[in-house]
Amino acid sequence: MDTIETHNFDVLIIGAGGAGLRAAVEAHALGAKTAIVCKSLLGKAHTVMAEGGVAAALGNVWPEDNWKVHFRDTMRGGKMLNNWRMAQLHAQEAPDRVMELEDWGALFDRTPDGRILQRDFGGHRYARLAHVGDRTGLELLRTLQHRSVDQNVEVFMECKIFRLLQDENGNVNGALGLWRENGKFVAFGAKSVVICSGGVGKIWKITSNSWESTADGQALALWAGADLIDMEFVQFHPTGMVWPPSARGLLVTEGVRGDGGVLKNKEGERFMFNYIPPFYAKETADTTEEGDQWYENKKDFRRPPELLPRDEVARAINSEIKAGRGSPHGGVYLDICSRRSPEDIKRRLPSMYHQFKELADVDITKEPMEIGPTCHYIMGGIKVDADTAATSVPGLFAAGEAAGGMHGSNRLGGNSLSDLLVFGKRAGEYAARYAMEQAKEPQINMSLVSDHTKKALSTFERENGITPYQLHHELQDTMQPLVGIIRTESELLEAKEKLAVLKEKLQQVAVEGNRQFNPGWHMALDLESMFDVAMCTTASAVERKESRGGHTRNDYPQSDPEYFGKINMVTSRGDDGNINLRQEPLPEMPGELKVLFEEGK
Amino acid sequence: MSVENTQPQVGDDTQQKQVTLKIWRGDASGGKFVDYTLDYLDGEVVLDAVHRVQSEQAPDLGVRWNCKAGKCGSCSSEINGKPSLMCMTRMSTLDLEEPITVSPMRTFPIIKDLVTDVSFNFEVAKKIPALQPKPREKDGTYRMSQIDIDRGQEFRKCIECFLCQNVCHVIRDHEENKPNFAGPRFLMRIAELEMHPLDTLDRRRYAFDVMGVGYCNITKCCTEVCPEHIHITDNAIIPLKERVVDVRFDPVAWLGRTILRRPKPTSSEEVIKLTPAGRSANTPS
Amino acid sequence: MTTLNAEPDTPVPVGIEKNRVRGGPPRSEILRRDKWWAQPLAIFSGLLAFIVYATWAALRNGHFYAGNVGRDYLSPFYSPCLTNSCTSNGYVWGGWTWWRLSPAIPILIFPLSFRLSCYYYRKSYYRSFWLSPPSCAVPDAGSTKAKSPRNKYSGETKFPLIFQNIHRYTWYFAVIFAGILTFDAVAAFRFHNGIGMGLGTLIFVVNALLIWAYTLGCHSCRHLCGGGLRTFSSANSRHFIWKNFVSKLNEHHQLFAWLSLFWIAFADFYTWLVATGAIHDPRFF
Repeated sequence: MDTIETHNFDVLIIGAGGAGLRAAVEAHALGAKTAIVCKSLLGKAHTVMAEGGVAAALGNVWPEDNWKVHFRDTMRGGKMLNNWRMAQLHAQEAPDRVMELEDWGALFDRTPDGRILQRDFGGHRYARLAHVGDRTGLELLRTLQHRSVDQNVEVFMECKIFRLLQDENGNVNGALGLWRENGKFVAFGAKSVVICSGGVGKIWKITSNSWESTADGQALALWAGADLIDMEFVQFHPTGMVWPPSARGLLVTEGVRGDGGVLKNKEGERFMFNYIPPFYAKETADTTEEGDQWYENKKDFRRPPELLPRDEVARAINSEIKAGRGSPHGGVYLDICSRRSPEDIKRRLPSMYHQFKELADVDITKEPMEIGPTCHYIMGGIKVDADTAATSVPGLFAAGEAAGGMHGSNRLGGNSLSDLLVFGKRAGEYAARYAMEQAKEPQINMSLVSDHTKKALSTFERENGITPYQLHHELQDTMQPLVGIIRTESELLEAKEKLAVLKEKLQQVAVEGNRQFNPGWHMALDLESMFDVAMCTTASAVERKESRGGHTRNDYPQSDPEYFGKINMVTSRGDDGNINLRQEPLPEMPGELKVLFEEGK
Repeated sequence: MSVENTQPQVGDDTQQKQVTLKIWRGDASGGKFVDYTLDYLDGEVVLDAVHRVQSEQAPDLGVRWNCKAGKCGSCSSEINGKPSLMCMTRMSTLDLEEPITVSPMRTFPIIKDLVTDVSFNFEVAKKIPALQPKPREKDGTYRMSQIDIDRGQEFRKCIECFLCQNVCHVIRDHEENKPNFAGPRFLMRIAELEMHPLDTLDRRRYAFDVMGVGYCNITKCCTEVCPEHIHITDNAIIPLKERVVDVRFDPVAWLGRTILRRPKPTSSEEVIKLTPAGRSANTPS
Repeated sequence: MTTLNAEPDTPVPVGIEKNRVRGGPPRSEILRRDKWWAQPLAIFSGLLAFIVYATWAALRNGHFYAGNVGRDYLSPFYSPCLTNSCTSNGYVWGGWTWWRLSPAIPILIFPLSFRLSCYYYRKSYYRSFWLSPPSCAVPDAGSTKAKSPRNKYSGETKFPLIFQNIHRYTWYFAVIFAGILTFDAVAAFRFHNGIGMGLGTLIFVVNALLIWAYTLGCHSCRHLCGGGLRTFSSANSRHFIWKNFVSKLNEHHQLFAWLSLFWIAFADFYTWLVATGAIHDPRFF
């Protein structure tokens, strides 16, 4: 290839979700020549799927709330494996990040005295989530989108970045991408690059994530020499839709169970009573009669086992399905129709009623829902410096779901939106500062570009290979059962072997048609990212021999505070292309913060 | 529907129902409808069927999609000629005896198959003068009543699927109006800012002079196709038209302003300077 | 007029090429498979039927007042009573003895202009009479032919349609007329031998109610009563009226537009029947 379209910027941001847009707004405000590259159109990022709210200790509803309480909730939710400094910055800065959205036009729901209304959520001690009905993510994304458009930040849409470019010293100085619509390549020179590319959900079969969540950013960083951290921690939500196919993985709110919904297997048995762990036995009802009375009288009766913590419920559902007692489409039944009147259901769960009616043609006031666990979020990600969002590779920054450490082993609801605002801003700021310190304009290494583009095109030259869709299915069929919610050593090792075999098949992937808007080809490129990142998750999961947060091991059902509670799993790519894993001690929390966990429990 | 018949009908080889999708294949140089026949699977939406065509019969079929839940507005197309989201149109709601046509949005230039170039909308977005908020309260917050933001919140449900822009005949049937008409989505955005309790800018003359609200003849197709069921015409465009009347067509209002020495409506020239497009045109890059 | 280039000088993101051609199936090909023509046809027929009836009724210039049979029923087409032709019970507004034409002509100008410029009627006749567009995603009449005089579309920005913008002035008169018709409804309780009520009385009361429901649900009224405000929190009573009254009526503006239209013709027809002695108006008390 002789010529290639090139562009030069100070700061290049990969991903136009909440974190990417916030980073761009900040970098631009500091005077850096900034551009965003995104795989979809502007404004379609997965941030729009967030519903509940953005957690920030504004103290509007509970004046007692402050950053220290939020910090403590976050650390506890993450089972103390969080990077304490990130959790601290997050809790301290979230209120300002939320309030400045109002300068740019956001309209959050209001309290009677006109301030931002906050709602309750699991794991948060006080009502803390600023929200707009159940479409907070859309509001946040749209606000940041309007701001970046207003600031004339340049946006390159429908462009997939598939390699980072580096100079001879290994510093990141650009990125290589292709236009989805015409398949032509484009090289961006940039003094610094910020990865805000979101999650990895497409590695699993059942996921609430969109096609975009193919682990691109994590893989780009990995290939450039950066470390990934905590990759074993993947959040599975116990109740996602399993049917119809179009809605598979879509979330079903916990409110259904809170309002009386019960879980049944295909024999009609309320199976949760068989899965009450000893740890919760004291506070959980052991007969249906008692469980049913709890809804009316919470004082004298114990709560039904359907309301056990998410990981317990997910585990139980998983076991029922594995034992062959699942529903026709591979889930279990969530039944509220036999327990509440149609009027009640419609009044208390309007959006769920609507969701099932429109997408599944299922009237939840008349028939049970089919549900199953769904892959939702990855707590792990690119290892970054807490204050600057810088990775271990000079010139490379990361924020949002793509970055790791902030949430520890488990993320609280509402903390993802505040995470991307706080660290999006920080990443933009420090990337801009770094860029402005660089005297030299980035020099694109053309021989590197030519190597990578040749490789990217090689799938077109193969004949009679397998289709990328096939290989993607095989990847998902490996990861879903073997590296899913419940893990054991033997299955994880089996997954590791299978992944290695499947990765070899990448060389046989063949793509039909031409380069113009060819989804098959794009999938083939995405697969490279997914395989390496899936390996990071699997390798980390093998090594963490305990259960904690989003990582549940059947063979090690307890958490191990003495050893694994003080260790992060860090993965990186070796020179041979294999994934290396090392254990790193958790950064020590300073005394003044430790105090917060001793007082007032 | 009972639990029994929710089973997928795969493998039921006695009477497997078939459906035919007529999908537009082609690019700027031309194209045609191509028939794809596939098994009917219970519970699918059109996007699922299109995806199955893609993975089984036409791997290079171009189609845009993201969330599959009606929240991102990527999979806009025309199904049996009606502008719709593919992910929110259940197959069972369509007449399956006849082929189902799936075609790209016809107001925008085609890229490939079902994918169109919607950059027109992103260019218009640069003509929106942003919120010009009044100063914060002394305690550093903004106070807004819920009743003051209810109207804006309805408009902010917009998922920018651009179906309203596609169906609007002002640009669909009269392409030459594109430079002078912003389209329903962006007129609604202007209305949102005009109803924003913090905003201090007057965009009313601008709405007529530059955004072209006068081109709208309120035939309401935007409202008809909106997947978010926003009352675009009644709640956004008509109130905007009435605001424009206040500053452009109502002599009594003009007299009132003159006698009471109220501030003059802001001229479009002044507002242009506040738009991203206007600003970048002034500053040579 | 100020315009802003739709494609400003900001760098257009690469990959989006300018001046691309539209694609997909030709716009002239109507892909809608439902009966998209049914609604415009029904509206066309309905409006046409009214026009035919109203022309006859307005030019009739006789039997619009039932005083001759002891009923104080005055056809809404001829109200207020301008000439001396409705004097038997003795209320005359104009006393235009010199007027030779049908008094309905100067009267009907007002409600006619209100309805002609009404946002709902605009939608319906732009669609069903002017076919612009006949239905959603169906091309404007003439817009697919290169040489059609209807290739250009300027909406409501030029003469004569720019006059649609004075709708609120027609509303001011419509309020006066609604008052007059209310007076007529009250007068319909007056019989030559005291207070009473007949079937006609009921018809006139319903007529007045429907006229008010239509008039107060008007989009201009909605703007004037509070919709034009940027913030509601400082105008509680106006917000109350806007939200609970006018906006509620406005949601059903289409319904009341048709009901009141039909009923007004019906009231005229009933008056004619009674005045000509074709039927006897039953009296309830």
